[in-house]
Amino acid sequence: MEALFATTTGILAASGLYLALRGRTFPVVVGLTLLSYAVNLFLFSTGGLTTDGAAVISDGAGKYADPLPQALVLTAIVIGFAMTAFSVILAMRVRGDVGSDHVNGNRVDEPREDKS
Amino acid sequence: MQHLIILPVLLPLLTGVALLIHRGGALTLRRTANVLSTVALVVVGILLVAESTDDTIRYYALGDWQPPFGIILVLDRLSALMVLLTSLLALGSLLYACAGDDEQGSNFHGLFQLQLMGINGAFLTGDLFNLFVFFEVLLIASYALLMHGGGKARTHAGFHYVALNLLGSMLFLIALGILYGTMGTLNMADMSAVVTTLDTADLGLVKAGALLLLIVFGLKAAMLPLYFWLPRAYAAAPAPIAALFAIMTKVGIYSIIRVYTLIFGEQAGPLANLAQPWIWWLGLATLALGAVGVLSARDMRTQVAYLILVSAGTLLAGIGMHSEVALGALLYYLIHTTLVSGGMFLLVDAIAQQRGKAGARIVQSRTLTQPATLGLLFFAGAIAMAGLPPLSGAFGKALLLQAATTAQQHWLWPILLGSGLASLIALSRTGSTIFWRASGEKTGITLGPLRVTGTLMLIGCAPLMVAFAGPLTAFTQATAAQLLDRDAYVESIIARGDTGGDT
Repeated sequence: MEALFATTTGILAASGLYLALRGRTFPVVVGLTLLSYAVNLFLFSTGGLTTDGAAVISDGAGKYADPLPQALVLTAIVIGFAMTAFSVILAMRVRGDVGSDHVNGNRVDEPREDKS
Repeated sequence: MQHLIILPVLLPLLTGVALLIHRGGALTLRRTANVLSTVALVVVGILLVAESTDDTIRYYALGDWQPPFGIILVLDRLSALMVLLTSLLALGSLLYACAGDDEQGSNFHGLFQLQLMGINGAFLTGDLFNLFVFFEVLLIASYALLMHGGGKARTHAGFHYVALNLLGSMLFLIALGILYGTMGTLNMADMSAVVTTLDTADLGLVKAGALLLLIVFGLKAAMLPLYFWLPRAYAAAPAPIAALFAIMTKVGIYSIIRVYTLIFGEQAGPLANLAQPWIWWLGLATLALGAVGVLSARDMRTQVAYLILVSAGTLLAGIGMHSEVALGALLYYLIHTTLVSGGMFLLVDAIAQQRGKAGARIVQSRTLTQPATLGLLFFAGAIAMAGLPPLSGAFGKALLLQAATTAQQHWLWPILLGSGLASLIALSRTGSTIFWRASGEKTGITLGPLRVTGTLMLIGCAPLMVAFAGPLTAFTQATAAQLLDRDAYVESIIARGDTGGDT
């Protein structure tokens, strides 16, 4: 399970980072979203991966899942979600105000090398 | 007054929410509410500073969950000082904003208070995850405030700022995850105790986490490879917001001081002082490049933004010097630079308004309507920022130069003094272009009483800080001593005997 979890997180983070470094605002926003998924997964795993562990103290429970990372990741998800929504709106605003969806504001009539 | 500690968070929160609900209310009413709340914050700040001077470290356990399990707010000299500083800066910029900048977009007043809540929370919290949450609160408010009024330059700078800070927040979360996974706690005092008992196998991971945190705080504090967003964002922001943002780089500086003296300080065994050498060299490099930026700026706003960078470099180098005297000196310099650079942003905006089309660009243009008032203020601000006697900049720099050891002097003295010279040259060129090489009709726009009060309040701190340098330096030195006395901090938060988390 650990290997699968780690690979998933790694692939998400790598794709997120790649997209976040693209030149246009939409891939950047998608990249940031993917990165935040990866970070949430990572944060979730910091208490150790357990299956069938009791979340709250109960009689006869042999092992417990660490509840703190779950609380942390919940906070992180809420904040991340709000920020994604904000950055989508902002990206659209940039498109409207600057007249280009390039992160550096290059005009659309300039030769495009980046087709992303 | 046990509940005083939480007031700097609660008061702006309640006012901010009320202002957001009554967003359609009369403008005078909203302005009055905001100003009253900020004045109350200044009073609370003064009370907190007075309370902290007895050298006991107090904490406020939210929901009465005792540390290390609950979230706590901690009041020591440093956090009290930072809260007071924030409220003073906020009052100055708010008064300026009330002269008309707040009408250019919606929800200025509510967002302003939420921003203050985030900043104060970040200064007071004693929990690393809570620090992340307050960082987010202040960032979210700052995203909206940065774009207050709209316009091409702002939206554009805003997108860069948002994207970079989102990445920063993610790195922060990764660092928190690593530290929680290895230490089993996120309470700063508890971490400080646990770090001594780490497995050698975990050391590498903890070190990675600690240095990731440095990247996050470095991004906020505008440390060398991470400062490129700052000049553009600060130059594009509306003047009162840019002035308030002068405290934002200091949030990063504060976090660096807190984390790397408390958790990874002297006691941390193999991890002791792991960040200081990095901070020292990167701080010096920031300082040098900031000075180049000041010289190259072609717009007054950009120039002041680069001056902020110079001061951030100075402060970082001060942290890297890593001694009690240097820490005390840099805290004095921090108060000075926050207030005066905030005032400079306001002043530059006031000058730009009277210059018609030329605005803030450093070019020949019309004669100002009030050359005497603005000229005097600019003169005082420039002297303070460049660090010439008799104003507070010289004092702060002299304290820092004095605190350097012989080995550090070889690097610090030429770079710090050189950057002062560069600032002086750049500012005198700006001043002479604007005030002396001006000709033609006046625009007739004058500075209202509110704008004068706001600007004067912030720049006027420079002579005041010299007049009261004795008590101020006594306070900052005591703060430095308290910061380095890490055992007292841990003891007053976690009773001896049950330190250590659930590792």
